[in-house]
Amino acid sequence: MNVLTDNLSLFREGFIGTVELTVVSGIIAMVLGVIIAAFRVSPVPPLRVFGTAWVNILRNTPLTLLFLVAFFILPKILFPDMDSFVLGVVALGFYTSSFVAEALRSGINTVPMGQAEAARAIGMSFTQVMRVVVLPQATRAVIAPMGSIFIALTKNSAIAGGFDNVDLFNVTKTLSNDGYDITMIFVWVTLAYLIITYAINGAFRLLEHRMEVAR
Amino acid sequence: MSASVLFDAPGPKAKVRNRIYSVVGTAAVLGLLVWVVLRLNEKGEFEGALWDIFNYSGIRDNIFEALLATLKAFAFAGVLSLVFAVVLCVGRLSDHRPVRWASVIFIDLFRSIPLLITIFALWVGIVGDMTPFWALVLGLSIYNGCVQAEVLRAGINAVPKGQREAAYALGLNKTQVMTSVLFPQAVRSMLPTIISQLVVTLKDTSLGFMILYPELLYSARLIANNTPVNGSYPFVQTVVVVGAIYIALCMALSSLATWIEKRGRRAKTGIVVAAAAEPTEAPGVLDTTTQLGPSVAVEPAAGAAPEAGAGSSDGGSGRPGDDSTGSVGKSN
Repeated sequence: MNVLTDNLSLFREGFIGTVELTVVSGIIAMVLGVIIAAFRVSPVPPLRVFGTAWVNILRNTPLTLLFLVAFFILPKILFPDMDSFVLGVVALGFYTSSFVAEALRSGINTVPMGQAEAARAIGMSFTQVMRVVVLPQATRAVIAPMGSIFIALTKNSAIAGGFDNVDLFNVTKTLSNDGYDITMIFVWVTLAYLIITYAINGAFRLLEHRMEVAR
Repeated sequence: MSASVLFDAPGPKAKVRNRIYSVVGTAAVLGLLVWVVLRLNEKGEFEGALWDIFNYSGIRDNIFEALLATLKAFAFAGVLSLVFAVVLCVGRLSDHRPVRWASVIFIDLFRSIPLLITIFALWVGIVGDMTPFWALVLGLSIYNGCVQAEVLRAGINAVPKGQREAAYALGLNKTQVMTSVLFPQAVRSMLPTIISQLVVTLKDTSLGFMILYPELLYSARLIANNTPVNGSYPFVQTVVVVGAIYIALCMALSSLATWIEKRGRRAKTGIVVAAAAEPTEAPGVLDTTTQLGPSVAVEPAAGAAPEAGAGSSDGGSGRPGDDSTGSVGKSN
């Protein structure tokens, strides 16, 4: 019990660290993921190949390896003196972007062909087809998998704690080195993760209800 | 390039435009690659001596041993996780409420804790003293067992209700219904997803890095740290080699999953084969406590639900690019 009360500030720091990692790398993943998904469904072959390669390579690489690349190669070769937070966020964001791109692509694929064909047949322009017919339905289909991806991202962010970032895993390590009972630390850290994942889950649930469309 | 929801078959103008985009796109992608290569060259990463280390038999043996260690952890974790999965799945579908509750709580708990934390806690000693190997294997098995249990359950729930009813009507008891009717079909339909989750298990063996288990990544770092060539350390080189090994292993497994998925779609067995996508936790998973009944309807795998539906009932309207999730090249 007194693990928590003795180290409240450390736990708070770790909690905030995990949230920060999740949020910032989530944003990177979203931006990159949208771009890559657009590449993958575009009518331009080289971009499609690039998108496919991106998704397949990143999805089949262990995240720990990406962290290794980010921490030992990026600073040495490309940009020296980068903050460990930036490096961690880059690794997490790039990794997650491949999953975001796949979710978006399969979301677009759930819209039946006939819908777009009908929209074109009644003379809608490309922007109208997108805005009125395709994207609303695709968005709806994408929300649930997106929620899963962000929950997975939260859990993956623990690896950043093993690479010089202060987060909940880092706190676990520090406190167990200080000789506290690992069971109690485990309980509190688990609780902290549950809070974050429940919050994400709830937010996406809400979003899902608000954007519901009849199909 | 088959038809797409997003754009019509291009006319003459669009063809010209697409060609321009193609050239510009290729130039941009190539430019990026060239910049990285030039930058690496500038730092002297392409010097022969740095790459020559892989010709030393000692280093080759190191990498080979590390690969074996990785595969060993993967083999143990893969088998154990499937065993756990069957146990948890049976518990989850049990007629006895306490068993059901215990399985639900166990599954939900360990699915929402980061795997790294579970492994670390096991290693530091939440249950006795564990070697890094067993901490890694046990952590991987618990986490992936929980995920695979949900996959199996989804497969069992996807078997048409009439089959179960018919089996009971024939006088089979619950064990017989499970082992001879439900499980075989569930495994068959969920095989692609199960293999995709095994890919995740394989990737996650790299977490052994954090608890000093001498797997591929850990050894790669050791090699890079311990063989300085002319004062510089061959990090880029080892990462390239080890990364290639990981990607090759994982891609081989992934394409096996995709192949089984395609094969299952072709076969007219009436069993709907799930997509070869890894089952990321469905958002509903955290509050399953509200719907504890054994007959909870669960979509086969997150994101795969629409396709599975289209495959079974109105197969005629299936779109050409139906391989939305796991497939590699052919999609567009």
